[in-house]
Amino acid sequence: MKTFDYVRPATISDAIAAAAEPGAAYLAAGTNLLDLMKGGITRPDRLVDVTRLPGLDRIEQLPDGGVRIGALVRNADLAHDPDFARSYPAIAEALLSGASAQLRNAATVGGNLLQRTRCGYFYDAASACNKREPGAGCDARDGENRLHAVLGWSEACIATHPSDFCVPLVALDAVVEIEGRTGRREVAVEALHRLPGDTPERESVLEPGDLIVALRLPGEARTFSAHARYLKVRERTSYAFAVVSAAAALRIEQGTIRDARLALGGVAAKPWRARSAEEILAGSSPTQAAFRRAAEVALADARPSGDNRFKIELAQRILVRALTLAAAGTPQRIPALPASPFSSVSRSAS
Amino acid sequence: MNFSISLTVNGVRRDVELGDPRVTLLDLLRERLHLTGTKKGCDRGQCGACTVLVDGRRINSCMALAVSHDGADVLTIEGLARGDQLHPVQAAFIAHDGLQCGFCTPGQIMSAIGLIHEGQAGDDPERVREGMSGNLCRCGAYSGITDAVLDVQKSLIAADQRRSA
Repeated sequence: MKTFDYVRPATISDAIAAAAEPGAAYLAAGTNLLDLMKGGITRPDRLVDVTRLPGLDRIEQLPDGGVRIGALVRNADLAHDPDFARSYPAIAEALLSGASAQLRNAATVGGNLLQRTRCGYFYDAASACNKREPGAGCDARDGENRLHAVLGWSEACIATHPSDFCVPLVALDAVVEIEGRTGRREVAVEALHRLPGDTPERESVLEPGDLIVALRLPGEARTFSAHARYLKVRERTSYAFAVVSAAAALRIEQGTIRDARLALGGVAAKPWRARSAEEILAGSSPTQAAFRRAAEVALADARPSGDNRFKIELAQRILVRALTLAAAGTPQRIPALPASPFSSVSRSAS
Repeated sequence: MNFSISLTVNGVRRDVELGDPRVTLLDLLRERLHLTGTKKGCDRGQCGACTVLVDGRRINSCMALAVSHDGADVLTIEGLARGDQLHPVQAAFIAHDGLQCGFCTPGQIMSAIGLIHEGQAGDDPERVREGMSGNLCRCGAYSGITDAVLDVQKSLIAADQRRSA
């Protein structure tokens, strides 16, 4: 690991000033950043430790029925907060399906939003990667790419965004509050991450010094709590990133879907909101035929970036299954294997 | 640049001068405080061998910068037994053959204690296995590990029932 300067500012404005300098990076739990630094993939000159900044570790109910989550709230604490899990069950399920208990105890809400891709070529300093070194090329294009993007990718980069948490967040219109050199602003999580285009090294709309201070969910997001699920297919039962995942949230009144929210994970460089599919579902009955039509529409623009054509079919099936589970109703308690398609199987077998 | 930090490790206050901010909590425990019970497996947050409790919560000490944990209360495997009297989780690992080579065991035991404190798994084997998935065991002692954790959970549940009866 390259050496670095370490500072621990006491205020948000001092943190922004320290992090706006070239070569600086924010440090929260470091569960992703330290890993990248150990591999020489990220080489900051200065770490700005934000873990002691005051007031960023609270979960607050808002007057409009929404919730405001400080950027330093730990993933495990948010998932296990009883009010939060009851109101936003798909988000809690997504959080608990990610990483391990040790990592969830450390990792923060803000850090999760900004975690880097798990593309093996990005992580391998000996490989060509346009994201790590602009203009170097992309070894994933002709390499092991069965887990890479099928939506929104470019010739420059086919990496995916690895977060589970972000998938239900974009489905439910979450917003981040950002403090920066020019003051405070708000950005929808859906607009926070960028598609690669010709500049895959620019992964978000954040500017130097920008600090995510909070995440907000609107009051409307909790109106889906009776029919909200997150489903995630992995290459092993637990402690693995998604091959494909889906968040499905429905508001069903008198047997009709009044409103639907859908998003996919593991398919693109950002959590992928499927608005066209939502429009198909609104006003229809929660039937398998409607779910299949919505899934086809959601993946209509998908195309393989390598040996990953199977992910298009898989994503459609995961969407249908997530919608079926959501329509059946949110379980009283998050399943023993959160977000796993094998959860009910393992329950009956044990 | 020098950084002075102060930690409570296994109930004892330790003041440490760090000459370098790159030192992880794991390396501080092993190399500076000579508490080598906490193991370095992958050093990348993937295997769980370095699991310790920080302020009562299990974390991967390899993925934590020591300088960022100034003031923390750390519990390692060395802080569990009272003389020759083992912690109940240590005793259960022996009783259920929850180990073979033993390298992952300190992390497994600290993780199990963290899991029990979290109170989410109860005596459901599926929840215990899921809750312990951040600790790898190359010898494959998983069934003994699960049995050991379930045994302690069942004793705690029984003790709770006796108290509330």
